[in-house]
Amino acid sequence: MGESLIIETSGLRKTFGEIEALRGLDLQVPAGSICGFLGRNGAGKTTTIKVLLGLIRATGGEARVFGLPAGEERASVEIRRRAALVSEAEDLYGAMTVEQMIRFTASFFPGWRSDLQARLLRRFDLRSGTTIKRLSQGMRTRLALLLALCRGAELLVLDEPTSGLDPAAAEEVLQALVTYIAEEPKTIFLCSHQIAEIEQIADRVAIIDHGRLVLSGSLDALQRSFRRISMVFDRDAPAVEFRGAGVARVRREGRALTVFSNDGGDAVLDQARALHPVSVEVAPVGLKEIFFETIAAED
Amino acid sequence: MLFRPNASSGLPIYLQLMEQVKHAIETGALRPGEQLPGIRPLAEQLVMNPNTVAKAYRELEHEGVIELRQGSGAFVSRNAAIRRAPDSLRAAQSMVASTVQRLRGRGLGDDEIRRLVEAEIARIPEKGGRRG
Repeated sequence: MGESLIIETSGLRKTFGEIEALRGLDLQVPAGSICGFLGRNGAGKTTTIKVLLGLIRATGGEARVFGLPAGEERASVEIRRRAALVSEAEDLYGAMTVEQMIRFTASFFPGWRSDLQARLLRRFDLRSGTTIKRLSQGMRTRLALLLALCRGAELLVLDEPTSGLDPAAAEEVLQALVTYIAEEPKTIFLCSHQIAEIEQIADRVAIIDHGRLVLSGSLDALQRSFRRISMVFDRDAPAVEFRGAGVARVRREGRALTVFSNDGGDAVLDQARALHPVSVEVAPVGLKEIFFETIAAED
Repeated sequence: MLFRPNASSGLPIYLQLMEQVKHAIETGALRPGEQLPGIRPLAEQLVMNPNTVAKAYRELEHEGVIELRQGSGAFVSRNAAIRRAPDSLRAAQSMVASTVQRLRGRGLGDDEIRRLVEAEIARIPEKGGRRG
């Protein structure tokens, strides 16, 4: 993993009039990974996707997908042929039935996976004769996902694929993704607010805030390196600056002092002990908290 | 026998899966020479990233706990390194039981006891030593 980058941006910028949506984004997604893309609304996630798929032009910097320049007309067509976007604003034809939509789409893609089609129709509980406009949002997203998977897209770009789905249906989607990536070399770029789902299936995470990448890396590495160090003192917690790289955030509340460290916490622990607290506890940190602490540090 | 790791605990999933496999071997649920589930079926069953399952299996092989045979799958090593006699596991259980009872006797609640144990496990030792 990491030998080839399916997605790579360098100093990517995008301005809409007065608004700087992307301010120098450096994103790297290795082939074969499931990369979770996290960020607040308005942080630049959708803009990033649109630039990668050639739907809008960047203002500055570079973006490459499959090593091809996303901003170039012909390269962009090639990118969209090999990558599939599944989002809530997908283009399905409301008047078509599920079956018609499938046959229509399949006609553009030789190598269509009919075996997968049958399996996913069942798993996703989609009926061939249902008209698309009668489908709920969640069902439409599942149909869009079926189309993307059966085309054999090398890169799946997913924007909230489980939004509106009940837990069982959401789990079917996650299972379909996991199976897809197990069968062949595929890459999944997953924008989602469902942090628990990202923790469940992603092996990489990228967090965007105010148009820039503020954290990225393998999920395992982040989990191994983020620590919450909680100290209690017998007096008001000292207003000490925790020195050094690795301190993500310090919070003082009366006699309690909490430090979030992103480099394992060794340096923080040494400094903490020197302050003679009554108790020191070190705990691992889940992705939700990592997200909140990283974003808060940026504010 | 292998169940879903807790993805939100902050503990890397591949480590949790490794622990589960080792525990299965310790308790005899998996025996030396027996085959483990394949990477892909296990990933599908537990709805986990197959890369993560693969990582857990590679690390287990590195530790000598399992063997990966090209084309056949993963098997528990005949001389699995973590084979603790059932006796020592029982001894460990009774040590834990007596400690928990003593702490409860001192008025500590179960949640506090749990926190103390987890903090101790997550604690970085004074001089070197391995973490996590």
